[in-house]
Amino acid sequence: MGMSDLVGYRGYEPVIGLEVHCELDTLTKMFCGCPNSFGDAPNTNTCPVCLALPGSLPVVNEKAVELAARIGLALHCEVRSSIFHRKNYFYPDMPKDYQISQYDEPINVNGWLELPASGVRIEIERAHMEEDTGKTTHVGGGGRIHDSSFSLVDYNRAGVPLVEIVSRPDIHSSEQARQYVSELRMLLVSIGASKARMEEGSLRVDANVSVRPEGSGALGTRCEIKNLNSLRSLVRAIEYEIERQVDLVSTGQVVVQQTRHWDEAGGRTIALRSKEEAHDYRYFPEPDLVRLDFDSDRVARIAGALPPTPEQRRARIMSLFDTSTGADLVATIVEMGLDVLVISAIEHGVVPDRALSRTANEAAARVEDALNLDPGTYARLLMMEQDGKLTPTQTKAVLQAMMDSGGEPESIASTMGFEAMEPDAMVSVVTGIVDAHPDEWQRYRDGESKLAQFFVGQVMKATRGKANGKEVIAALDKLKADAL
Amino acid sequence: MRASAGDVSAQVRQGRVSATSITERYLEAIESFDGKLHAFLTVMAGYAVEQATRIDKLVEMGKDPGPLAGVPVAIKDNLCTRGILTTCASRILENWRPPYSATVVKKLERAGAVIVGKTNMDEFAMGSSTENSAFGVTRNPYDADRVPGGSSGGSAAAVASGLSVVALGSDTGGSIRQPAALCGVVGMKPTYGMVSRYGLVAFASSLDQIGPFGTTVEDVALIFSVIAGHDPRDSTSLKVRRDVDTGSLVLAPAGVAASGQEGTADAPDGPMLDEDAYIWPAGHSLLDGAIEGLRIGVLEEITSDAAPDVRRRVEEAAAALVSLGATVEEVSIPELHYALGAYYLIAPAEASSNLARYDGIRYGLRVDAEDVTSMMSRTRSGGFGSEVKRRIMLGTYALSAGYYDAYYGQAQRVRAVLVDAFAAVYRDYDVLIGATTPATAFGVGEKTGDPLAMYLSDVCTIPSNLAGHPAISVPFGAGDDGLPVGVQVLAPALGEPVMFRVAAAIESAARSLPPPPVCFADGMGVQSDMGDGHA
Repeated sequence: MGMSDLVGYRGYEPVIGLEVHCELDTLTKMFCGCPNSFGDAPNTNTCPVCLALPGSLPVVNEKAVELAARIGLALHCEVRSSIFHRKNYFYPDMPKDYQISQYDEPINVNGWLELPASGVRIEIERAHMEEDTGKTTHVGGGGRIHDSSFSLVDYNRAGVPLVEIVSRPDIHSSEQARQYVSELRMLLVSIGASKARMEEGSLRVDANVSVRPEGSGALGTRCEIKNLNSLRSLVRAIEYEIERQVDLVSTGQVVVQQTRHWDEAGGRTIALRSKEEAHDYRYFPEPDLVRLDFDSDRVARIAGALPPTPEQRRARIMSLFDTSTGADLVATIVEMGLDVLVISAIEHGVVPDRALSRTANEAAARVEDALNLDPGTYARLLMMEQDGKLTPTQTKAVLQAMMDSGGEPESIASTMGFEAMEPDAMVSVVTGIVDAHPDEWQRYRDGESKLAQFFVGQVMKATRGKANGKEVIAALDKLKADAL
Repeated sequence: MRASAGDVSAQVRQGRVSATSITERYLEAIESFDGKLHAFLTVMAGYAVEQATRIDKLVEMGKDPGPLAGVPVAIKDNLCTRGILTTCASRILENWRPPYSATVVKKLERAGAVIVGKTNMDEFAMGSSTENSAFGVTRNPYDADRVPGGSSGGSAAAVASGLSVVALGSDTGGSIRQPAALCGVVGMKPTYGMVSRYGLVAFASSLDQIGPFGTTVEDVALIFSVIAGHDPRDSTSLKVRRDVDTGSLVLAPAGVAASGQEGTADAPDGPMLDEDAYIWPAGHSLLDGAIEGLRIGVLEEITSDAAPDVRRRVEEAAAALVSLGATVEEVSIPELHYALGAYYLIAPAEASSNLARYDGIRYGLRVDAEDVTSMMSRTRSGGFGSEVKRRIMLGTYALSAGYYDAYYGQAQRVRAVLVDAFAAVYRDYDVLIGATTPATAFGVGEKTGDPLAMYLSDVCTIPSNLAGHPAISVPFGAGDDGLPVGVQVLAPALGEPVMFRVAAAIESAARSLPPPPVCFADGMGVQSDMGDGHA
């Protein structure tokens, strides 16, 4: 919880709505066959359609529609037939000088997203499809358009499919805003709709912020903040903007409806344009495209193939435990995408606590490598440990090897010489160690039980980790009892 | 006689005449006659000879170059031709060479046609006289002081004067049919969605449709059968098939083109994906069938206000159809009085958006300035002509916040009412006929100072665009001034087969119209009625 939540905002309540743009993870662009790919040489992924050459026409990418519907379903929206509109305004990085978007008949409406920590539901007004613009680089004069000497435009991103997810103004703190974006980001990745990488711009957030006296039901005048490129900027910008607006209204001044730019270096928001200067987008139905029909069969087909949301994945793991302890750990595991390993292990018979702790400790330490593990193979490794075929130390060594270069746990264990010891052989090693350390043995027999670890260590050293610690202690206890 | 496409292709396919010799004759004719007409903006001499040579090689190898083998075709300069100037008769695209060809251009070439040149037009197809071209007026071959009509005036004049056997134009509010009527040739606008718009530089997307010009209904039907068909690159393109038993056109079960590209990263000029290249195995069969028993309405709203000589021709055409056994009655659709008003809101609104891309950033004219906004502004101010600017401003206004509902919204409601009114009439009639234009060709300069008078010359043709229906103009003798008159046949959506039959019947009954004074009538180098081409 942020500092401001504790001290409040001088008697005012912030009201925040977020517009999240996510690029869909398709092979090709929204209206043409060009690759949807980040980081390629400028203007290499272009064609007559996405350069808006005269005579070219858009054709809707079916995969993009499916992913948009997935987002709607995962956000509990109504998914329905929709049409595209043209949003008209001139900008050099928008090739047609209009953007194909959705206006009053979007594909997804009326959903919600639950914040995992608090259970608060943020309502989703709509999640509609549109196309991305190109990217302009202003050269000279500090990189701003006004004083640059020239500008370069890269149209690789022009026409990349986007879904814009618009929340209702249900958010009341920067921390809630952070949780909302974080959970939404995870959801988009989880259902395979978007890579949702803020640092690459495949997830972008605009925040509408207003303030009102606590207890008031009316909405204050809002400002829209743009250029929020990380969760950190989102939180900082919202905090700054709340304070700015409270400063104004608490001293009898008014908030002017504006679009504002977050200045990361300066730590402040700067006015871009006011309501009077706002564009008249002259929306009208896109005549080059036909209605996107969505019948209940198609919705059901997409819903049936919808990968689980983070919410469902957390619930799934929690349902496999007896108690609700470890909720934070489970949330982390899900966020890392390692829950499939836990679930697979438990389904193969591994005790839940062991499945969770091996995953949270050893696998989570190397997330990228762990994500490449085959869940079934991982489960076999943990079962070998549970069945006593491998000691914990051996299990960890085999797991590291599997994350290094893949492979089957049985053959890796065998290569490493991790054959399980015959009980008689182990007992004879223990007897040998006891004979070699008469003083310690006497003290152990006299009740200095912590010396058990000393003997286990010696046995491990002698067997190069092959022995099972618990079995060594059992053997020690048996020797002790026999000697009485 | 001017050559027909059917004859040319038959002779070329049989190896009696080479495509190269035909092409060269037409190129020479354009060279000698077009100075008087200015029908062409670009003559594709080298390219045409290359195409013709390719076709002759196919014939030599015993292969069939297609139903348009060696047929010279002129195409309107708003159709993209790869590597060849495509200007839309505008300064803003004066030097633009597209990196791709329109679907119709590919289809023509695949059928063996030889594209000889790009024709003059009103800038961005906005106009009814071809006087709005940034590159000079086209003259009517029947009278050089008269306009050829527009906006496809260059294509109409080229076919009328025999400088091309057939041609393509585009029709947004009558831009094929009106110049066809004024130049005494056949011109047809297909059902919206029958012909792919991919590569047609957009004027008003929901109204634009490409269609053919020819000297006969048969030629026009032949070209139509080649260029029609579904194109996956145009989402508004219809999936239509021809019912073998009835000969009528029916929508394929999938209906309107569904969405569907992903992973099909084919090159812009890659292979076309349309499986059924031709809806008709041969265009000729489109004209088969009797007129007897057809119910035909003479549409009052496009006829009664026409000049008396034009009206008389429509009446004569109606009488001829009666004599062939059709039932002909007068019919009225009062809602059509609102068509012109609705059209001049919808078309400019769409145009204002379609023409936004000419901003000087990526292609075409750029007038440099101190910043990007002034650069765009100066480019557009300098690049567009006054009629284009007028329509951009009209359309921008019609879509503005606070005005949308009263203008654009209302116009769309009128459009829906018109569609319903047509549907009601087509329950009782198979086709409708009427005038194509209110009068014969007007004088050059006569209406340039009065935009509204100019707009009114499209009053008979606009309804079919708003409804998305097919319509054709057939020459029917001359008016009192000796200039050509066109009779229009209107049909419901997908009604092309019956429309062509009625058009062919009207054509056969028409008083003959002498070829124009400026005419090349010796296309195949065979004996010709017209000798050197001067009547």
